[in-house]
Order: sequence, then C-alpha cells, then structure tokens
Amino acid sequence: MIPHAPIGEVGSSLANKTSGWRIFIPVFNAELCNGCGTCETFCPEGIVHKIEGGDTFAADYDYCKGCGICAAECPKDAIEMVLEEK
Amino acid sequence: MTGELKSGRQVVEGSYAVAHAAAMCRPDVISAYPITPQTHIVEDLSQFVADGVIDSKYINVESEFSALSALVGASAAGARTYSATTSQGLALMHEVLFNAAGMRLPIVMTIVNRSMSAPINIWNDHQDSVAQRDTGWIQIYIEDAQELVDATAQAFMIGEDPDVSLPVMVCMDGFILSHVFEPVDLLDQKDVDDFLPQFLPVRALDPDNPESFGMFVDPAYYMDFRYLVEQAMDASRSKIEDAAKKFESSFGRHYGGLIDTYHTDGAEIILVAMGSLVGTLRDVVDDLRSKGKPVGLLKIRAFRPFPIDEIKKAVAGAKVVVVLDKNISLGTGEGAVTTEIKAGMYNGDISVPVIGFVIGLGGRDIPVTTVQRIVEKAEDVIRNGIAAESEFVDLNHSHVRV
Repeated sequence: MIPHAPIGEVGSSLANKTSGWRIFIPVFNAELCNGCGTCETFCPEGIVHKIEGGDTFAADYDYCKGCGICAAECPKDAIEMVLEEK
Repeated sequence: MTGELKSGRQVVEGSYAVAHAAAMCRPDVISAYPITPQTHIVEDLSQFVADGVIDSKYINVESEFSALSALVGASAAGARTYSATTSQGLALMHEVLFNAAGMRLPIVMTIVNRSMSAPINIWNDHQDSVAQRDTGWIQIYIEDAQELVDATAQAFMIGEDPDVSLPVMVCMDGFILSHVFEPVDLLDQKDVDDFLPQFLPVRALDPDNPESFGMFVDPAYYMDFRYLVEQAMDASRSKIEDAAKKFESSFGRHYGGLIDTYHTDGAEIILVAMGSLVGTLRDVVDDLRSKGKPVGLLKIRAFRPFPIDEIKKAVAGAKVVVVLDKNISLGTGEGAVTTEIKAGMYNGDISVPVIGFVIGLGGRDIPVTTVQRIVEKAEDVIRNGIAAESEFVDLNHSHVRV
C-alpha cells in the first residue's frame, strides 16, 4: 500500500541510482588535473567531489547522468566523455 | 482599528465579506500577491494581521508562484492555509496547483474570476479557473456575497476532511461579487469555531520525525498516486453535500451541495450556469414561469468534482438543456460545462438535447433580454431540433465577420 500522498523517508531518493540514464561516462585524468574544482562547481547533480586524501576530482558514478558539463567546462581538458558499454 | 472583527448583518463589499470569512476560519498562514480584482481581499486580510485582530502569519511574496509555494510548505507542516488570486496570477500558479493537489494539501484559495490575456482585460468570466480544471483542486462557484462567506467556511471543512485532503478553490465573479456592496451576515468567531473542527493533517512535516514530501516517484508508482487523487475527488462529493447540510444546521442557510435546482420540476427547458449569472437567471425563470412557460434552472456549485449524476437526475424530464458558459475551450467551439454535460450523458440511460452558449466573456454584460432570446432559441430546439450545438452570444457584428 502506498501512502495517501508521495511521502517517504528522508534521503530515500538515494535509492534511485540514475547511472542507467547515462550513455557517456566522464573519465577523469588525474595527471592533467590542476585541482581547480571547476568540474565540481558546474556539476548540475552535485556529484563531482575531490577524491579522499587527494587534490584531484572524481564523479560518483552511481548518480552521474553523463551530461558532460564537467568535461566541457574543464580548463585543462582533463575529463573525457567515453561511450559506456553496458 | 483594534479589537475584534464585527459579526452579524452589515452592508459590506464582497471582498471584505470573503476576507472576514477567511479570517474567522483562523488560517495559520496567509500568502498572496495582489492582482485586480482580488486586491481588496488581501488588503483587508493584511490589515487584519497588521491591526492584530487575527494572529495569522502573513507571508509577503514577489509572485503568485511564490505565494502558493509558500502555502504548500506551510500546509505540509500542518498549518491551515489561505490565499486568493485571479486570472494571470492563477495561471502563474499552474505548476504549483498540481503540486498542492498531488501532495494532498488542503489549501483554500478564493479565485476572483477574471478573463485571461490576451487581449488583456480585467473583467469577469470563468476562463481562469475553468482552465485549471485538471489540476486536482475542488472548485466551488458562488452566486452571491452571502454564499461566498458561507462557502469559504465550508471549503476548509471539505478540503481538510481526511478522506479528501485536497485543495479547494472558491470561485467568485470578479467585480460583480468582489466589488459589490450588499447586506451580508458576517460569521461570528464562536459559531465558526463550533462549526469548523481543528485541522488535523493526515501527515505533517515534523523535525523530530523527518519525512520527504512530494518525492520522486517512478513509473511503478506514479499512476497509482494519480488514481488516489481521483478517489479523493470522488470522496469529496458526499463531503461537499455534508458540509452544506452541517452549515445549514448551524447557520440556517443552504445553497445546495454539488448543485442547486430552481423550478426544475416539470421544466421543459432547463438553464444551466455557474456563479453570479445564476442570480440573473432566477429572475428570468420567475418571469417566464409567471407567464406559464415551463423553464427551470440548474446551478452548478461544484465544477470539480463534476456532478454529472446529480445533473442527469435534475434534467431527466426536460426537453432541452441550455448551458450558459462564461468560458470557451478554444478549438471545440463551446464552453467546458457544455462539453462535460454532453459527454456525461452520452452513454447514459437518458438523452436530452444539450445546446451551449458562450456568453459574457471579458465582462460583457448579460442582460435579461439576452437570456430571454436564448430561451426562445431553446423553444425552437423543442419544435424543430438542434440548429446549432453551440454559439457565441451577443457578438458585436461590427467588430467581427460572423
């Protein structure tokens, strides 16, 4: 039974992994990355973050929809959009 | 001004009457953006708040979209909420209207009916609210200032019923009702407190027990939520009737529930309308009945949910149904009420010819003589059959080629 209105647990949208929406996947090249964070700023989903213990960036592939904005904005061309085989 | 709002019979503007009625229902939160001809309602309410005679929270906003969005949040938190708007303002709320209904939030909003731009025009017809008929809001159309007061109190009772839990539009004709002064029995605070139970939301936002409201729903669930709104609409039918009856037992006034009828028994011609036009039609029916003509009147109070069963029952014995629509569904050639009555009768066990008249758009006057000419056309339908299913009334032939 569903409730009378679309009401659910806080954070339950995390269960909806949107990786399946993706056709191209951003591949981050740590050697070209200068750590500026432009990709993190421009990601419309808020899922690009600095990697733990490092100065470069990576996307959370569970939720990345493959829009390519990070790759388009990167001033060092350090992000490549690659066709993802599934 | 300080102290309490006066109750009892007074000569007041229709806008004041509705502001007073809304105030008596003790809304926790009011949010609205001023727009002609709704302005006096929100001016009166903001004055009540500024004077400290009601303790509602009044949220000033920069648009109608924000006004209704603010109330969605407040209602989700369990507040009783009220707004008022019209025309372009209602159109700007369009997206939020769906959200309020889909999240099952019983916001009450007065719609001061006005035409839609373009061409821009501030006068009355029903295009603004009729165009919002698929959003999931209950819609009640009002005949006079007293009914407006009484239906406002009923609207909170209907919408907040846990079996309904839907927002309600109380639709009043711009200027014709909003700016007219007439004697009105203003509600007494204690009487309204006795009539209207406290708002107990089915679920409410609670920081100690956090939940997500209006969350993402995928194809496995979406359709079922839409079905639940339709079920709630259906449940509201009996609640609209009940609220009218409860109001009558408390206050002694009744305007019908989903519909009202006037001399429909034995009527061969039944006129159908919504809003203040019904008052004009009562006079026409009185006049024609005094001349022995079998004419009756059906007033549609609830356009959503659409009371097709009640309408069919009321017109079953008639020879022709004449619908006066203050709206036009462009591309169909007729008003929405005409279309829906015809559609509702199509597979049924009664078959009465229905003709529609698009009338009074953008505030064009509807004199008694015009209605009399329409009745003559209806008499012609009885004699010779339908010549035109729908037509525009009182077009100015020097303005358009017809």
